[in-house]
Order: sequence, then structure tokens, then C-alpha cells
Amino acid sequence: MSSDGDASGDGAEAAQQDPPYQQARYAEDGQYEPLLSEKSTDAVAVDTSLPDDLTRDELELPDLREPEVARHYTRLSQMNYGIESGPFPLGSCTMKYNPKFTEDVAAHPGAKVHPLRTDRDQQGPLRLMAELQAMLASIGGMDAVTLQPPAGAAGEFTGILVARAYHEANDDERTEVIVPASAHGTNFASAAMAGYDLVELPSDDEGRVDMDALEAAVSDETALLMLTNPNTLGKFERDIEAIADLVHDAGGLLYYDGANLNALLGQARPGDMGFDIMHFNLHKTFATPHGGGGPGQGPIGVGEHLREFLPTPHVRETEDGSFERYEPAQSIGRVHEFAGNWLVLVKAYAYILRHGDEGLANVSEMAVLNANYLASQIEFEVPYEPFHHEFVASADSDAAEVAKRMLDYGVHPPTTKWPEIVDEALMTEPTETETKARLDDVAAAFDAVAGESDETLASAPNETAARRIDQASAARNPRLSWHALDGAE
Amino acid sequence: MLDAVGVDDPDDLFDIPASVRFEGDYGIESHTERETRELVGDVLDDSTDLVEFLGGGHYSHYVPSVVDHLSLRSEFLTSYTQYQPEVAQGFLQVLFEFQSLVVELTGLDVANASMYDRSTALGEAALLASRVRSVDGDTVLVPDSLPDRVHSVLENYTDGPGIAVETYPTEDGTIDVAGLEALVDDGTLMVYAATPNDLGVLESDLDAVGDVADDVDALFCVGSDLIALSVLEPPAAYGADVVVGDASVLGMPTSYGMGLGIFACRDDFLRQVPGRLVGASEDAAGKRAYTLTLQTREQHIRRERATSNICTNQAWVALRASIHAAWLGPDGMVDLAEECIAGIDELCARVDDLDGYSAPVYDGPHFREAAIATDPPAAEVADQLREDGFAVRTRTDGGEDFLVVCVTDDNRRAVDGLVGALAAVTEVPA
Repeated sequence: MSSDGDASGDGAEAAQQDPPYQQARYAEDGQYEPLLSEKSTDAVAVDTSLPDDLTRDELELPDLREPEVARHYTRLSQMNYGIESGPFPLGSCTMKYNPKFTEDVAAHPGAKVHPLRTDRDQQGPLRLMAELQAMLASIGGMDAVTLQPPAGAAGEFTGILVARAYHEANDDERTEVIVPASAHGTNFASAAMAGYDLVELPSDDEGRVDMDALEAAVSDETALLMLTNPNTLGKFERDIEAIADLVHDAGGLLYYDGANLNALLGQARPGDMGFDIMHFNLHKTFATPHGGGGPGQGPIGVGEHLREFLPTPHVRETEDGSFERYEPAQSIGRVHEFAGNWLVLVKAYAYILRHGDEGLANVSEMAVLNANYLASQIEFEVPYEPFHHEFVASADSDAAEVAKRMLDYGVHPPTTKWPEIVDEALMTEPTETETKARLDDVAAAFDAVAGESDETLASAPNETAARRIDQASAARNPRLSWHALDGAE
Repeated sequence: MLDAVGVDDPDDLFDIPASVRFEGDYGIESHTERETRELVGDVLDDSTDLVEFLGGGHYSHYVPSVVDHLSLRSEFLTSYTQYQPEVAQGFLQVLFEFQSLVVELTGLDVANASMYDRSTALGEAALLASRVRSVDGDTVLVPDSLPDRVHSVLENYTDGPGIAVETYPTEDGTIDVAGLEALVDDGTLMVYAATPNDLGVLESDLDAVGDVADDVDALFCVGSDLIALSVLEPPAAYGADVVVGDASVLGMPTSYGMGLGIFACRDDFLRQVPGRLVGASEDAAGKRAYTLTLQTREQHIRRERATSNICTNQAWVALRASIHAAWLGPDGMVDLAEECIAGIDELCARVDDLDGYSAPVYDGPHFREAAIATDPPAAEVADQLREDGFAVRTRTDGGEDFLVVCVTDDNRRAVDGLVGALAAVTEVPA
């Protein structure tokens, strides 16, 4: 609900006196917007043709008419910050503007197709998927792509299963996955879910993979090395070819975490760097909306040697120009019952077609320029340079407190306290869709907060719907549904 | 901006060795917005025009307009995981209310903020079972009627920790409890049963299934969906420890199987739950406020010791399901469930009256779907129906091929046509 327009122009001085932001806040005694269940609840008797012993006696749920339902969710939306509310430089999450037209494309009647139709009756979706597979393969420098994994972490898991199947097919049981200490938490968790032991890799002084440590870590137990490039500090792993040789010589495979692919569009391709497997985060790189936490989609690309291990079904064009699903010869099976988040596929396909080669190369250029410009405008130390689409600034005080205060300036703060290699880290990714004026607002917010007292920071935020929330008591006394609130207040 | 950064060209900012710079092109043309919309529309229009009676794990009902209009508000649609709860109260409350809905319908204590779909939720349930079971066990038992699609996902989830997935028998479309009993032992981690099952039958003996699991201290996991649960006895009442299933039956049109996994369980397992949890707390003004909680279970804190690798989930789909449920209210939810019973009953009665068909194949109450036995081979009947503009699926059970049809409020208006087309297939020319 802030006035984005008011925020431009006056810069830091005005901001320091009076943060130019006020989020909507509906407040009643003891709470903000009441729960649906607190507005009106009704218990209705359940009387069906089913045998009584199969059914419940009554169903008690909120009971509101449509205008009240609409008001409830409208109010809740106003108490929520999205990309259209203001800048959202949340590092590693690539919170770029989501073009509106992709929603209309996804709402096309032809997108409403059931996956259990026969191939000949669903040529539209199959063609779209085959073409998207090919476009992603080209963008990643990969030979084959599956679209199935429903999120980035699911893509990691799928990629690791493919690697495992590959090694097993070669009668080569391996037990370890190597992950840099600064990698996304999902890398560790995905490898562990697939049954691997984790080997953690320290960074060198420049924030890149420590080659000596890698050499010591790689062995005939190495199934996979997982890397993000540029890494979580925004730095490109310049030794990537040597890294790939080292891992491949030991019989291991190389996995590319696509979280930072936005920096590479049109500039470099994981396949050309020696990666065997990669995932794409369609909701990051290809601008499909993050939806308050999802849906995402995490297709993976692989080299020719891994094609036959991809999940089933895979889509391909037949000789007569139609499209069909088939099971790759040594498929790992499925990682989702159907095709993951289909509507995300449609939106990403439309985004890529809209941009084309030139538009995609422009995305990475502007993303990298914006990050560098923003870093140059703030009075925070950025210990690791050069960086690309994101940088990690170091705060003089508690980064989490700095973030809370930034909220008062109408800026969604960066990712905080991570990666741990930087003290009081503020991991900042402005993306290509912010203008110079908005980047100046973000810089003004950074610097305004830097000049404020610890007391001011500790009492922030003030302009958001809720004030500082007590996280500790939420965890100590978990109340996770409206039932748990009964009698508790 | 270039001056501020000190370069002449953005290209100079890339610190990428020349040997891996990409000098080629992707070969993707750019298009105007209008062209893009037309192009994607043309691709999507390439499918056959059919009325679908498919089901099979992806069910859709009429989605009221209010769902699109509210869920597409950009503050919801373009936000992300609520790492800064003070500025994300709206979505946190939505997820808290979604968790509450799932708790109400399952009767269990805790529900998370979503999984990808029912198959991945089942996989997570098996992993939870392996973490919470006090005795050593390594087998998960699932019915032999579980669709291969779900079975395959489950196996991928359970392979890492070395859990075996084995099937127990069904007979005449429902669980063979004695057959199950013969298979459980101290090595059984979890017993899974779905109601309605993949043949549309509502299981009638889940009490006994729960007892069988309980006898060996295995977890009892029940699969269902939020509309069926609006009228069915809450699974917690007959001993379910975990409920998984799909909630995209609410809020989503047919969308190629895009799902919304639900995951609910008993309080005892709270600290082993996978995925995001939203809890109530207080803010500095003393008002109730919501936040992600118990995050030390999650990958971004606990890494390889996390309860799951899930990060991005299905939050927006949960929002849509919640709006749909709120719009229906308790009366509407019960009415919709009753229509899922009446619609398939009516279809079966009409088809059973036709020459050459027997419906439903199995006794017992059905929900949305039923198997139909056909005198001509089922595949031939399905082909003929396609010619008349209807899509149905075929399925093998107990060595027999059947049609399985799914009726909801979304396709019920086409039932007359489907019955007519079925009649025409077996009609003996006069």
C-alpha cells in the first residue's frame, strides 16, 4: 500500500526522517485481520447415501458469503508484499517482475488438458513440452531435458538419482557427493535423500572453490560434485574447466545448480563448462511468479551419456512430425505423478519465446549491471569481487536487524546471514527488471538504515502490517491451526 | 550507470574465461507480446476437442471466478516464501488457514503448508515413518491397485534410505485385509491405503487396516482428498497417523496434473514433519501474528539432516484451494461431495442398463469414478467413444481390462452424451 511514486526522488534524507512506506494494516483487538473461522463458522450435518459408518456426523467450517470471502482475501493481499509492491532484491531467489501476459497465456483454454489423454489427443501440450525441452537444452548447452521435477530442489534430487543410476549401470557404486560449504541448503538435503554421504568443500580466499581442497576431496567414491556458477557470492568459478577435469578423471559427474543461471543467459552455458547435469529454476530465470512460495518448476538437462536415465515419460517428436511420450531405456522412473507444474511450463515457454536470443542476453547484462550499480551506490563493504548478478554485502551490525529496518523503507530486504563466509551477510540480487530510480531507492534504504541507531533497528519494523514477531515463542509453543488457538487467547 | 560502475559496456562486467564464453546463439527468435500469445495459443489449440471423463488422480471441479480474481492479485502471486513475516502477514495467514482446513478435514493435529502432489507427499510419509519408527523396519506396504505413477515416485523417495516398497493384495476392488495381515511383520514401517481408491471405491474396512498396522507398530497412512474428506469419517478417527493426498481438487481447473500435496500427521511427529509450517505468535504490539516456524527442520538450516529437501512448494495452489473452500462453505463442500457420489452412481445405473456393459464392476460406494466392464474390449470402446468426442481411461485390474470413468460437476452435463455413445457402441443394428 505504499506510495511507490513518493519514494522516488527525495532520496535518503527524506527517508531518514520518515520512511516513505506504510503497509496496509487491518487491526482489531488482539489481532489483525481475523481468521475466516473467527468471522463465521457453521457446523452442517452430513447426511449422504453412504453407509453411516463411513461418514462423519457433521462438518464444521467457516461459512461466509462471497463478498465477505472477497474482502478477507483482498485484505490479506494488502498485508502482503510482492514484486509489484516494490523492489525485492532477495539474493538467490531472482525476484524479477513477472510479465502479465504470461498469466493470460496460461489461462488459454487449450492449456486445460488432462494428462491421461492418449498422445494423439494431447498434441498441444506435448508439442509445447518438446519445444521447451529443446529451448532449455540450447540455453543450458545440454543434450536432453526433462521438464518433470516440480521445483528446483526436486530437480536436484532428480539429477542425483540420474547420476546414481548412471554409476550403477556402470557397476560403479559410489557413496559421496561433494558440495561447497556456501552451497544452497537444498544441495545437501537432496544428496542425503538420495542416500549419499556429504563431503563439504571449503572456499579459497577469493570465495571460489579451493582447488587443493577439491583435489583432496575427490576420489573413486565421488559420485557427483554440485556447484552453483556464479557461486552464491556472485563470483564465477574461473577454474571450472580444471574442476570438471578433476572430477571426470576420478569418474565422478558434475552437477550445475541453476539457481544463478540468470547471470549467464546468452553469455555462457553449463554444458560448455563440462557440467553433466543441471537444473533450471523456471520461476527464477524465466520469470514465472513465485506464488508466495511456489509453484516452481525444476527441469533438468543432461549430456548425451545420461539421456536414457531421465524420468519417464519423456517427450519427443516422431518421424511424422507428431509428438509422443516414451520411457527412456534406463529411466529412473517418476519424480512427480504427472508433469510437475504444467502452468509454470506454459508461462516459461511464453517468456522465452517473447525474449528470444537477444532479449535473453539482455536479461543477464542488465541483471549484472544492476547488481554492480547498486553495490557501487551503497556504503556497505562487499568483500568478494568481482561479482555478477548478485553480491553479498557485509553489515556493521546484525544483518537480520538491518533487514527488519529496511522493510520500513518499502524495500524487501536481501537474504540475510548467508552465505556464512561473509560476516553479517546481506545477499542482494536486484535483477534486471529494476530501473535506475528504483535501484537508487534501494541504495537509499541501505544507507539510511546503516546510519541508524541500534535502538531504531531493534524496534523495527514499524510500517509493516505486523510489528516485530516473536519467532522463539512461535517455535516453543507451536500453534499451527485455528484449533490450536481455541482457548489459548 | 555504466559510469558509476566504471565500465564502457556491461559485457566488461562478466568475469568469465574466454574458453567458456558462449559465442553462438540459441536459435530462438523474439516475438512481440501479441505474437507470443498467438503463437502459444496456436500450439495449445493443437489438441483434440474432447469432453474428459478421465480422473485417475487428477480431478477438477468447477472453479468459481472469485478464485482467479483473488489469487491473481499481485501481492499474492508475485511474493515468495515468508522469510520476512512482518511484511508477509497476508500469505502467512492464508497458509495458516489452509493448514487449519486440512487439520479439520483429516482430524489430525498438524498439517504442513503443502507438498508438490499426492505422490511426493506419500514419499515424504514413508521417509517420516523411517525416522519415527522406534524399531528397525524397512518395508512400506501399498495396495496392488496403487497406480504405477504413484508407486514409481514412492520408490524414488524410499530408495536412498533403503526402504522397500511392497504391495499387498486387493480383492474385488477393495483391500484384502487378511492378505495384508499375512504380509505385515516387525519390519513393516508403514501401511498405506487410499479412499477413494484408484477404482473409485470407498474403502469400507479401514478400521481393520489401521488395526493391522497398529499391531506391529507400523504407521498407518491414509490417502484421500479434501472434497471426499468433507463427508468421510476423519481418518484420525480410525487410527490414521498420517494423511496424504491431493488438494488441487479445489481451486484448480484441469491443468495437466498440476497438484497440491497435503501432509497431515499426529502431534508426536511434529518435529519430523517435512516442509513449511506456519504458526501463530505475537508481534511487538501484542497482537496475534503469523510466522514460518520450526524451521530448524528445514534444508536451509539443517542441510543434510533436514526432514526434507523441499524449499519451493505449492503455496499459491494452496491459496486457490483455500479460497474455493471458503466460497463453498461447509454446505457447499458437503453438496459437492454428494454430487461426486450421486454423479457416478447415476452414470453406473444408466450404463448398467445398456446392453454389453456392467457397472460398477465392484460393489460398494463409489466416489467420482467407477470401473465399467465391457463386452467388447475396453480399448475398442474407448476408441469409439473418442470418435464421439469423449475421453475415458482404461485400466487393468485382476487380469481384466475395464473402462474407468470419472464424473464431477465439471463434466456431468455431458453424461447424456456419454451414455448415448456407449449405447451406440454395443447397439445391434436393427
